Amino acid sequence: MYHRFDAIIVGAGGAGLMAAAQFASEGDVAVVSKLYPTRSHTGAAQGGISAALGNLEEDHWIWHMFDTVKGGDYLVDQDAAEVLSREAIDAVYELEHMGLPFNRTPEGKIDQRRFGGHTRNYGEAAVRRACYAADRTGHMILQTLYQQGIKNQVRYFNEVMMVDLLMTDDGVCNGIIGLDIQTGEIHIFHAKAVLIATGGFGRVFKVTSNALALTGDACSILFRRGLPLEDMEFFQFHPTGINKLGILLSEACRGEGGIIRNGKGERFMERYAPTLLDLAPRDMVSRSIHQEIRAGRGIDGQDYVHLDLTHLPPEVIDQKLPDISDFVRTYMGLDPKTELIPIQATAHYAMGGIPTDVEGRVTIDQDNTVVPGLYAAGEVACVSVHGANRLGTNSLVDLVVFGRRAGKHMLDFMRQNEHQALAPEPDYRARAEIDGLMSTDSDENGSIIREELQENMMNDAGVFRTAEGLQRLQSKLSELRDRYSRVGVRDKGKTFNMDLMETLELGYLLDVSDAVVAGALAREESRGGHFREDFPERDDVNWLRHTLAYKTSGGIEMGSKPVVITRFEPKERTY
Amino acid sequence: MEVQFRIERFNPDQDTRPWFGEYTLEVEPTDRVLDALNEIKWKQDGTLTFRRSCAHGVCGSDAMRINGRNRLACKELIRDYGDKITIEPMLGYRVIKDLVVDMEDFFDSYRTLQPYLVNDENPGAGRERLQSPEDREVFDDTTKCIMCGACTTACPITWTNKDFLGPAAIVNAHRFIYDSRDKGANERLEVLNSKSGVWRCRTIFNCTEACPRGIEVTRAIEQVKRTLLTGE
Repeated sequence: MYHRFDAIIVGAGGAGLMAAAQFASEGDVAVVSKLYPTRSHTGAAQGGISAALGNLEEDHWIWHMFDTVKGGDYLVDQDAAEVLSREAIDAVYELEHMGLPFNRTPEGKIDQRRFGGHTRNYGEAAVRRACYAADRTGHMILQTLYQQGIKNQVRYFNEVMMVDLLMTDDGVCNGIIGLDIQTGEIHIFHAKAVLIATGGFGRVFKVTSNALALTGDACSILFRRGLPLEDMEFFQFHPTGINKLGILLSEACRGEGGIIRNGKGERFMERYAPTLLDLAPRDMVSRSIHQEIRAGRGIDGQDYVHLDLTHLPPEVIDQKLPDISDFVRTYMGLDPKTELIPIQATAHYAMGGIPTDVEGRVTIDQDNTVVPGLYAAGEVACVSVHGANRLGTNSLVDLVVFGRRAGKHMLDFMRQNEHQALAPEPDYRARAEIDGLMSTDSDENGSIIREELQENMMNDAGVFRTAEGLQRLQSKLSELRDRYSRVGVRDKGKTFNMDLMETLELGYLLDVSDAVVAGALAREESRGGHFREDFPERDDVNWLRHTLAYKTSGGIEMGSKPVVITRFEPKERTY
Repeated sequence: MEVQFRIERFNPDQDTRPWFGEYTLEVEPTDRVLDALNEIKWKQDGTLTFRRSCAHGVCGSDAMRINGRNRLACKELIRDYGDKITIEPMLGYRVIKDLVVDMEDFFDSYRTLQPYLVNDENPGAGRERLQSPEDREVFDDTTKCIMCGACTTACPITWTNKDFLGPAAIVNAHRFIYDSRDKGANERLEVLNSKSGVWRCRTIFNCTEACPRGIEVTRAIEQVKRTLLTGE
């Protein structure tokens, strides 16, 4: 089926829906989403969205910017971090005006709380900057933006999965191909501009907070078309995942006063981050947990530690952390008011992704050459405001600030440009891939390949990395890719073919894993979320730069681009 | 532990009526029902089909009937069910395939009640609308809804009366009617006072029992009824 729109937004999480909201009264826009919009993973974000409103104490956007740059271990592009922290303020007010039910101060203003790495006066002490709605801030952002979409009568294509990107021979993006999961039908979406807002790819790892749907589809599709992926080696492991399950317990637990303890009951963050303690950035806390475990100080010598909320007033747990308490009760059978919670680091957030400029335009090289008509925003993009490590709450800030900017720029772009003609049979590549998978019969089971992938990525591309482990992982990935080439879809039907969807996703996971490992092997230093045991120091002389990975017929080629430094010169990062 | 699963199957491409598939699986008591469904799909029968995403009860994809009650498969642990588990799709909507139902009517009902803040006054740039913590608390419970459909498809009235908007739509209207910033209550209440509205509710409480978010759904519906009667 052929559709023609001015703009197509792929993904219906915070970034996609915020972009869609910019088209309120103008332009023919459609949102294409693999899930019903309200199922998007923005809804799982818990703790808050930071903005220097200063509702409870003095705060300034430039402090927020500094924290973001330092939190990202100085790999942050500072022009983008300035946009993020300045525009966060207005974006939060815009969300409130749309109806988002923030928690309130006694004066009726938006309430704010402390969060990891957010400080006053360039690192002096934790500051109340995170605006929140209990511990379901992301849920309320997703609901509020979806509600705006209903008000604005946005056209949704639900349960339609992007399977290819369309470009002209001149390198202009002119649409996408979608697979309608409910019917099995292929849709051609012809557009002047396309926004990719499909989220992350945490499912490359075994233990993750990410939804099953987060398989890096769009990253892989662009990668296959020769576009680069930036800083893919930087993946954040969140310190407080429920042991074994990886379900997230928000940093708000620690923002409200929670403490992480080792097997001896010690508050071990005193040794690693004497000023911010448990509210140090996530990469540092996750590494500290692993170091305690390696030193034999896990709980009973095992590979987990405890999150302690038992000293918090019960009403704080009930009123400010209700969902988290529910998770702990449901999945662990524990009462967080009286019992310690077993936790381990869980794969949480991709700092890297599709390179863009601050308008959300996708770029392809070190000169930031733009792909006309192609945009990306949110976790899938790398603008780069998170650098080597994202601060808590800045993912939600990123979504609304850059989703909005991308939407506005697309609106301008579509006013000034015409549709570019599609090639004959623009869907041939997608059809060939799907037909290939559907017509193969073999004993090779994609699910087993996926399990092996996730297990190996967790072991060798997780919190700690070495050249030896990464090389082992590379050969494992090529074995898995070889096996994937023989996988057949077991469900041969057209209607809601979940088996086909998962098999396509496995192909995407393999591509994204290749990029992560290539970046991790190339970057011979330790910075933020990327820690090389064989290169344990940050190396600003050689590595104060972004990596760009390109998929070529001869394998992955690595390029790089400079980091934008405006206000803050790189310094040692201590907390 | 070994568990016997009976799962309702229906593939419109080949079946004329639903049937039950039987699967035996070795699981941990602390596994989620969703883990078992995945395991069956991945290791035993690749054609088994259901919706899922977040796997921890916040996205609302995997509402289904588990031993006869509407539940999210990712929020239920095997140990609470014992060694025989029957899984069926939610009632009242067309089955697309296996455990996947057509949610279009559900979202249509939701859209009927202006589920967005109605307020055209310009609050001014650079500041929020004020709202006291007490005013914010009034509608807190109904902001939790994840639109999984468990309440609406547990309601016997919705099974027989297609006009009834159903509990989930009312919950989402409630969330705005009692928001001190909203100006659209009268229009929503007019719809809720019509024959498709709250008076169809017979306070059976199935919705409250089914809600995986612990929303007091029946209470919210009763509050709307009271407002319609008293204007408060």
